[in-house]
Amino acid sequence: MTRIDARTAPPPPPLARAGLLWPGLGHLLTGDPIVGLGTMGMVGWLAIAAVAGLPRLGEVTGATGIAWSIHGLLATGSWAGLVVACWALAWQRTRPRIIDPSAPRSTWVLFRATFRRHRNGMLGLVLVSHLVALTLLTPLLAPFDPAAVDAGGKLVAPSATYLMGTDEFGRDVLSRVLYGARVSMVIGFIAVGIAGTLGTTLGAVAGWFGGWIDRVVMWCVDLLLSVPRLVLLLAIVGLFRPQGEAAIFLIVTVLGLTGWMGVSRIVRSQVLSLKEQDFIQAARALGMSSGRIIGVHLIPNAFAPVIVYSSLAIGTTMLAEASLSFLGLGVQPPTSTWGTLVADGRHKLQIAPWVALFPGFAIVAAVMGFNLLGDGLRDALDPRQRDEG
Amino acid sequence: MSAAPSPSGSVLHRIAAVLPARYLAQKIALTALLLWGVATLIFVLVEVSPGTAADKFLNPDIPAEQRAMIIAKYGLDQPVIIRYAQMMGRYATGDLGVSLVQERPVADIIATALPNTLLLSLVTLCVIFPVGIALGVFQAVRQGTAVDSVASVGALFFYSMPAFWLALVLQLIAPSLGLPISGMNDAVMVDFMSPVERALDTARHLVLPGLAMGVASAAGVARYMRSSLLEVIRQDYIRTARAKGLSERVVIGRHALRNALLPIITLVGLSLPFLVGGSILVETVFAWPGMGKLIIDAIQQQDTPLIIACFLLFAVVVALGNLLADAAYAVVDPRIRHQ
Repeated sequence: MTRIDARTAPPPPPLARAGLLWPGLGHLLTGDPIVGLGTMGMVGWLAIAAVAGLPRLGEVTGATGIAWSIHGLLATGSWAGLVVACWALAWQRTRPRIIDPSAPRSTWVLFRATFRRHRNGMLGLVLVSHLVALTLLTPLLAPFDPAAVDAGGKLVAPSATYLMGTDEFGRDVLSRVLYGARVSMVIGFIAVGIAGTLGTTLGAVAGWFGGWIDRVVMWCVDLLLSVPRLVLLLAIVGLFRPQGEAAIFLIVTVLGLTGWMGVSRIVRSQVLSLKEQDFIQAARALGMSSGRIIGVHLIPNAFAPVIVYSSLAIGTTMLAEASLSFLGLGVQPPTSTWGTLVADGRHKLQIAPWVALFPGFAIVAAVMGFNLLGDGLRDALDPRQRDEG
Repeated sequence: MSAAPSPSGSVLHRIAAVLPARYLAQKIALTALLLWGVATLIFVLVEVSPGTAADKFLNPDIPAEQRAMIIAKYGLDQPVIIRYAQMMGRYATGDLGVSLVQERPVADIIATALPNTLLLSLVTLCVIFPVGIALGVFQAVRQGTAVDSVASVGALFFYSMPAFWLALVLQLIAPSLGLPISGMNDAVMVDFMSPVERALDTARHLVLPGLAMGVASAAGVARYMRSSLLEVIRQDYIRTARAKGLSERVVIGRHALRNALLPIITLVGLSLPFLVGGSILVETVFAWPGMGKLIIDAIQQQDTPLIIACFLLFAVVVALGNLLADAAYAVVDPRIRHQ
């Protein structure tokens, strides 16, 4: 078998160099339109952020605009990081690809190769990465202060200055959607983080110990699944009626505490089958404690479906948060999320539909991104989908 | 694979065969345990939430002596344990108690709201499954083509859409469709309508809430159906059927579809509670007088007996949905035998 190295590998198509001018262009011209257009779009956001935001960095201490706060620093740092990432991606495309067919391929490599061929999954990855980038760059991108009242008139229809129009208080809808994204996304991520951790732990413990522990945990799962999640969320938030900042903490916690059942079922069934395998028997024979077996062997081996589930769960969690906020029982003003933005526009729907429509499109795009990503991850992790060639 | 026996008598016979009395008794006992859990959970939540038992249920404007009367009447000054025991005692005898706000039996209040929600949910259910199944099959037989890809992304687009937002969009376009956007009947004309006219009027009012509730679920059914059929198509007996020279129509329609529909049947039972739960948002937007409005009002007014009763009702619907799914599955799949 001949060894393949950079000298004997086929040279990349010369068109890939176009990516060095505009990252993504190289991918687009060499047959990878999703990554190509996605990266080109990302560079577009970076350019807009540079043109619109960086000059404003000068007005550092103003009450409005970007102060050198943690947000400003985070935004500038992410901007630099994303620039490096985009050009690195373009540069990589111009390098010879070293493919050694005789080399053993790890699960990770196989997974990546399968995922890259999954059109919808890659589309989801592009959507989600754009969403995360927009969230990070918000202070640079947002044209106005989201709380500035009567910037240029109330209920102004979308125009060149106000791309998404203004609401009934004259606030810029685009800026509000951008800032709302941060709250919606952070709530989604943290709540799913809580749910995933709790579900994984409880599922692993239930599956490993069995007996009455298993029965109690599974009974709790059945109990929480026996009422629609939204109704339970409404009851808890409605009874506690938190105000201000406390509302966000309560909502994140409650979304986490009502979202772990699916994960725990998945992990439990994985643990039940892993438990019988030789390496676990060996670990037991070596005298490892239950805690170590669970932490070192069981959870890492049961983790792949948890990742898939979490990606899909971020979508449903964002929907649940939006529904709560829409009903006025979610995040309280002055903080706003996409759900509260839709609720704000609801009463002016007939005369100013843009106020409710644009935040809704943002919800759809975000949830769809996480769903597409989750589908792609699931298919890529499913060995039957894999082309072992 | 033989289909379900066609005469209805033998279907019942089959249900009786696969769901023996012992299995049913076990299910009922488990459900009762869950109902106890749900009631206890909500009771605890109400107790630990801020405010004393008395001020949760009373309007602060009520004069002091009237307040004392109501407190005495409902025993709100009793210790927690006593109130819990009393509540459980009532529930054990099937008494759901009296609403603290409306001063009417909870059972009566639910009896007026539940049929409206059931109407909305069941009509939606009857539409989303045929539509979702048809779309899923259409996509599966064209797996990997551009049509499948577009339909997949399209279905996911609607699947990812918040129901309340779709409801608003529908309200926005309703005037051009000539459809009403709120309530169950025309508020002015309802008293002058004959029963037939009233039913037609209700049907017109049903269209938009039904769409708002059903679109996402239909997209979900399509996703499920597509993957279920693809799973079946991979199996050996389908290859055999194709090798026999059967037409693709017969292979899919007779051989594959029957097995691919099995998990979907379970989904019908399982989706009933989701529809009832999901109707909350849609009912709010369309002012549909059902359980959604009832439970949101109950939560806002902290009307504990009504809140707990609503939760118990949801739990019963979930249990029934599960049982229905079990029964339906057992009827169509002769391999299933519940021990």
